[in-house]
Amino acid sequence: MRTTSILSPRRWVVYSLLSLAALFFLLPFYVMLVTAFKTMPEIYSTGILALPSSLNWYAWVHAWSAATIGAASSGIHGYFLNSFILVIPAVVISTAIGAFNGYVLTHWRFRGSNVFFYMLLLGTIIPFQIVLLPMAWVEGRLGIAGTLIPGLMLVHVIYGLAFTTLFFRNYYVGIPHDLVKAARVDGAGFFSIFFRIMLPVSTPIIMVTAIWQFTMIWNNFLFGVVFTQGGQQPVTVAINDLVDTVTSVHMWNVDMAAAIFAALPTLLVYLIAGKYFVRGLTAGAVKG
Amino acid sequence: MPFTKAEFSGRDRLMAKIVLSPTILAATFFIYGFILWTIWLSLTRSTILPSNHFVGLANYYDLFGSSRWWRSLTNLGIFGGLYVLISLSIGLGLAILLDQRIKGERLYQVVFLYPMALSAVVTGVAWRWLLDPGFGLQAIVRSMGFPHFAFAWIDDPDMAIYTVVIAAVWQTTGFMMAIFLAGLRGVSSDIVKAAQIDGASNARIYLRVILPSLAPTFFVALVLSVGLAIKSFGLIIALTGGGPGYSTNVPSIFMYVFSFQRGEMGVGAASALMMLVIMMIFALPFLYLDSRRQA
Repeated sequence: MRTTSILSPRRWVVYSLLSLAALFFLLPFYVMLVTAFKTMPEIYSTGILALPSSLNWYAWVHAWSAATIGAASSGIHGYFLNSFILVIPAVVISTAIGAFNGYVLTHWRFRGSNVFFYMLLLGTIIPFQIVLLPMAWVEGRLGIAGTLIPGLMLVHVIYGLAFTTLFFRNYYVGIPHDLVKAARVDGAGFFSIFFRIMLPVSTPIIMVTAIWQFTMIWNNFLFGVVFTQGGQQPVTVAINDLVDTVTSVHMWNVDMAAAIFAALPTLLVYLIAGKYFVRGLTAGAVKG
Repeated sequence: MPFTKAEFSGRDRLMAKIVLSPTILAATFFIYGFILWTIWLSLTRSTILPSNHFVGLANYYDLFGSSRWWRSLTNLGIFGGLYVLISLSIGLGLAILLDQRIKGERLYQVVFLYPMALSAVVTGVAWRWLLDPGFGLQAIVRSMGFPHFAFAWIDDPDMAIYTVVIAAVWQTTGFMMAIFLAGLRGVSSDIVKAAQIDGASNARIYLRVILPSLAPTFFVALVLSVGLAIKSFGLIIALTGGGPGYSTNVPSIFMYVFSFQRGEMGVGAASALMMLVIMMIFALPFLYLDSRRQA
């Protein structure tokens, strides 16, 4: 059989439309990237689409360690680090609690546990503006207002629980209860069943949940801007401050370099483990 | 089936309850309790600090007497309506295109969906640059030989809200595509084959067989995109800062400004409650249908 490499007109249209869409989605990132490698005079003379004449690292270095954000002129590196300091414990804690919750809600149900699960789902829907004012008051009372750790971390853990519990619950419901029963007969208890039966098969859902939480918390702006101040702020808030800072000449190249720095961690996770990210998006979507 | 009482020892049963109880307490206090608390705040004369001085619906009169609030609501309607319409249409279109046994399907998906992995703030900053009249699209088209081409929506109070639509569509259309593609892949191949045997054309199969069976998927995509529109905050702050003036204010920005910058906590709480009400109007029918489907 001979196959021909010439596309039928219909296929040609399909591929053209898809490529056009791809161009639309790629263009902004391309423009950010080339802008970050140019000097401002070069941007003035060649526009924003042209490739840089040479790879100029000035904007990257300046954004990382010298740009003015708020009162300080030491770039975004401290805020970038803040986001890591925030996101690692927040992801670990909310994922771990979600795993235990999902386990209880599927294999150790008790009267009212299902009702509670449906009540918890509200936490995946509400606009978080509805909890900001009381939360700010409580954090003030606890003396942790404005802090990254534990202030902001606590907010992210609490309001992440509905999502992490939902993910694990929907995963563990598919694990045959007979496995759990058999382990009971062998004398295994609540925790040993979790660690010996549930955890070994949980790698996919741990990936989905951890990546979901990492992306949501890293990218979050609302909680960061409300619950932290000054040097405690996460990188998304710092980027916005940087871009908003009025200077005599707007350094777009520095803004773009800083924005790419802020985007890199979640972008890398997406490129490496995108499968799990998409599964989280559509799982949360279909069930929540 | 979960354990019956006989086969599960009291100690383990107690352990299960203990493990779940922090989340039960947290959800009760930090979700339900805080919603009630915000409702209470909206009925008090709270300004910079919370107060328990009851003022009835005074904050709601203030809220609905504020032209800035009406502008925020109108903007949410314009932005939300267009954003939902466009992102669902393009998302569905791309999903159908990708469903045609495409070479490199995986790569297209990665490209369509990567904006979803970026922070809304990053998206806002990127589009602020692309839409800047002096450098962005207007300047590009002008440099291509159209010196009078005008595209300065981002600086125009009447048009700036449409730039928010563009940036939001860019960021989340891939998400809608992924939802529709998952829906399309879930359509039973038997009914499609049956239609093919009956001699139905490809377009007809989509219109008459596949799309009607995607109704639940449409509903999911609708509720999700409405939710994304109502919650949009960082994107607009980074793109336009809510301006020029208040021209791109939406309820999320209004709530933030009144609660945390202007010290009008009571009005801020009232606006937060309105956001919740708008969200629930769209989400409750969905939750109802979903619970019936699972039951």
